[in-house]
Amino acid sequence: MQVKLRVRRFNPETDSESRIETYDVPADPMDRVLDLLHWVKWNVDGSLTFRRSCAHGICGSDAMLINGTNRLACKVLVREVGDQITVEPLRGLPVNKDLLVDMEPFFASYREVLPYLVNDDPAPDTERRQSQADRERFDDTTKCILCAACTTSCPVFWADDEYFGPAAIVNAHRFIFDSRDQGAAQRLTVLNDKEGVWRCRTTFNCTDACPRGIKVTQAIQEVKRALLFRKV
Amino acid sequence: MTQQHTFDVVIVGAGGAGLRAALESSRRGRTAVITKLYPTRSHTGAAQGGMCAALANVEEDNWEWHTFDTIKGGDYLVDQDAAEVMCREAIEAVYDLEHMGMPFNRTPDGKIDQRRFGGHTHHHGAGAVRRSCFAADRTGHMILQTLFQQNVKQGTTFFDEYYVLDLLRAPDDGRAAGVVAYELATGELHVFRAKSVVFCTGGYGKMFKITSNAHALTGDGPGVCYRRGVPMEDMEFFQFHPTGLYRLGVLLSEAARGEGGILRNSDGEAFMERYAPTIKDLAPRDMVSRAIYTEIREGRGAGPDGDYVYLDVSHLDPKVIDAKLPDITEFARTYLGVEPKKEGVPIVPTAHYAMGGIPTTVDAQVVGDAANTVIPGLFAAGECACVSVHGANRLGTNSLLDIVVFGKRAGVNAGEHAATVDHAELGEDPAGAVTRMLEDLAGHAEGERAAAIRLDLQVNMDDKAGVYRTETLLKEMEVELASLRERYARVWVQDTSRRYNTDLLEAVELGFLLDLAEALVVSARARTESRGGHFREDHPVRDDKNWLKHSLASRGDSGVKLDYKPVTMTRYEPMERKY
Ligand SMILES: Cc1cc2nc3c(=O)[nH]c(=O)nc-3n(C[C@H](O)[C@H](O)[C@H](O)COP(=O)(O)OP(=O)(O)OC[C@H]3O[C@@H](n4cnc5c(N)ncnc54)[C@H](O)[C@@H]3O)c2cc1C
Ligand code: FES
Repeated sequence: MQVKLRVRRFNPETDSESRIETYDVPADPMDRVLDLLHWVKWNVDGSLTFRRSCAHGICGSDAMLINGTNRLACKVLVREVGDQITVEPLRGLPVNKDLLVDMEPFFASYREVLPYLVNDDPAPDTERRQSQADRERFDDTTKCILCAACTTSCPVFWADDEYFGPAAIVNAHRFIFDSRDQGAAQRLTVLNDKEGVWRCRTTFNCTDACPRGIKVTQAIQEVKRALLFRKV
Repeated sequence: MTQQHTFDVVIVGAGGAGLRAALESSRRGRTAVITKLYPTRSHTGAAQGGMCAALANVEEDNWEWHTFDTIKGGDYLVDQDAAEVMCREAIEAVYDLEHMGMPFNRTPDGKIDQRRFGGHTHHHGAGAVRRSCFAADRTGHMILQTLFQQNVKQGTTFFDEYYVLDLLRAPDDGRAAGVVAYELATGELHVFRAKSVVFCTGGYGKMFKITSNAHALTGDGPGVCYRRGVPMEDMEFFQFHPTGLYRLGVLLSEAARGEGGILRNSDGEAFMERYAPTIKDLAPRDMVSRAIYTEIREGRGAGPDGDYVYLDVSHLDPKVIDAKLPDITEFARTYLGVEPKKEGVPIVPTAHYAMGGIPTTVDAQVVGDAANTVIPGLFAAGECACVSVHGANRLGTNSLLDIVVFGKRAGVNAGEHAATVDHAELGEDPAGAVTRMLEDLAGHAEGERAAAIRLDLQVNMDDKAGVYRTETLLKEMEVELASLRERYARVWVQDTSRRYNTDLLEAVELGFLLDLAEALVVSARARTESRGGHFREDHPVRDDKNWLKHSLASRGDSGVKLDYKPVTMTRYEPMERKY
């Protein structure tokens, strides 16, 4: 089959504004959108720029806007999106070139929520024990691959780039609900901040966008509840 | 404009090995981690199955059995002292990760859970043992995240999306003096002076077409070292994992078989029972991959072209599939449209893991010759290194173990080394060689694109240097490589911009792949025996008398030069590898 692939392009060295370019790409229904982008890059225009590495939805490099929703290009097959495909960079982050955006604001928010285990007790000789139920409690949010699909689908984030965004809250959740962690109080104080969880309007865009199937909105709600009751 | 930076330690790569090293070295000296991918994009995140350590949490086990399995699995090409170090330190390495927050699956009494994995046995081969520690089927993801989190906590200095393209060695004595890196965002070169340089750049599976490896796995670290005079050890040993998704090569972890999955041919027969009666589907990977190809060749392959077999997990409890194999069953659904709970998943062997690479001591110091002469200040760890703990065939779960054990050792030793020496002098114009290489590559206004040359490399490597090899095929591949090199000399980089020029970098990466493929093929052609991942149909048996030794391939003026060094033996006598 032939796919009409429309790509929003921007070269910082020559363009003042972005533009849409259209390519006719030979494709198989089982091809990934990433395969189509590669086909263009390798056969038509080598300057088409995007990030990718693993090509199977694990590394989080290639989140982009595909037919209007945030997806990983390597995890969407042509048969799911049809023969008219529009690909654009993620919204809400500065575009550096074509589909490649500046991820630094995203990682800056991530770093702020203390995204690491806090436990100052001396470590035992073997493992810290954790029940299966306690381990299950935060299982969902350990799946995050930091692709930014959730955060850049959030209308609050588009309007206010100071907002932490869902991904940072997901990563706070991952530790707040880990029975081994002692940093919840500190993290909750950060998240209680004016740009913290309270800005969330529960639009569920983030949950729909997550390529890992994380229940993002639910995680945010759980963090809000923890804040209200200050216990986890 | 070339910028200059000075650090005590420079770590190249931020996968599991690089991040583990950084935690140690940044406590000991000013450390920079230079990485072409954002750390969390590294391919360690793709590892699924687990990490072995003889914790004996669920059944009797000890690290000596683990050592034995590692050596036997590696077909006796393993340096036995190194395997002992790895298997002994495995236990502490797992506990370290747990203390850092790693979310391992748990047993009912709250300990780290363990499961079976290929080639791991109790009592020296008596039966499969539950040794693999895991976090569902995203163990690598969790290790990568955990180590990254700890680096965030520690405030490690990262240079993200910087590509290291050259190693600087002191003009007088050849010790490490620093590296040259290309900044993706600006196209500028940076010279990093350092007392210790640690390479942790991962594998180079992208020289094959059907591979589980990421696009970024192009062997830059080994490539850079090779060009700067470091020999490459045991390059002929490349692991083909039995279960890659048909046509794509995306990996379905051995954990699927560890949990009870079975390989079946077109007749539905569980054929591994014929090849490895004791441990069947959990035999080492090289044996299973060959068994699959034998089934296909003898007409028992499935599908319209009879060119795949099935991985069948449909008899497992759906709850076990959801809890322990969620990601890999989703891969089958997403990419092949197959429902593993109901039907077999079409699979073929996929190029997976480089046993060979930059030769090191157990302290992660790089050695420069067959006498194991250490190159001061130069270190390597992880998949790009060859310690050698994997010998001719790596056991599943031993690489995640390798990267944390030897990553840590590399970080400690690089940090300590830096504390005892001064910076080496840089030669004149340290960035000159990279500048010229980039100008050469970008100097053609038309011609053939890197992608076309790379595809021909990959297809040919699959056919001629894959699971089955012969003198004729390898010789053909040498000729093919010569022509690929000629084409590469005229490669056309179409993107002429300075900023974010990934087109240029793809061409650079292809150069490393070509160099390493040549080292692989020449080493493989010379080795007239079959051992582990290297199988010669024209020399189908292992030949300890002549070949119980490591290969070292160096770049000479007239092609690849080979040398050999002995395998370190402690207490394990080579015996036949039967399962
Ligand atoms: C699909 C899959 C599943 C696996 N499952 C398992 C498993 O269950 N158990 C197990 O033990 N092993 C497994 N392995 C093997 C194991 O995951 C890898 O061998 C290991 O993670 C490699 O880690 P590393 O740190 O050496 O390299 P990587 O994680 O690949 O990291 C390489 C790093 O080097 C950087 N880099 C590369 N080139 C440059 C350059 N020129 N300049 C700067 N930086 C550079 C990259 O940015 C990256 O950060 C699996 C492998 C694959 C592919
Ligand atoms: S390329 Fe890794 S997630 Fe798509």
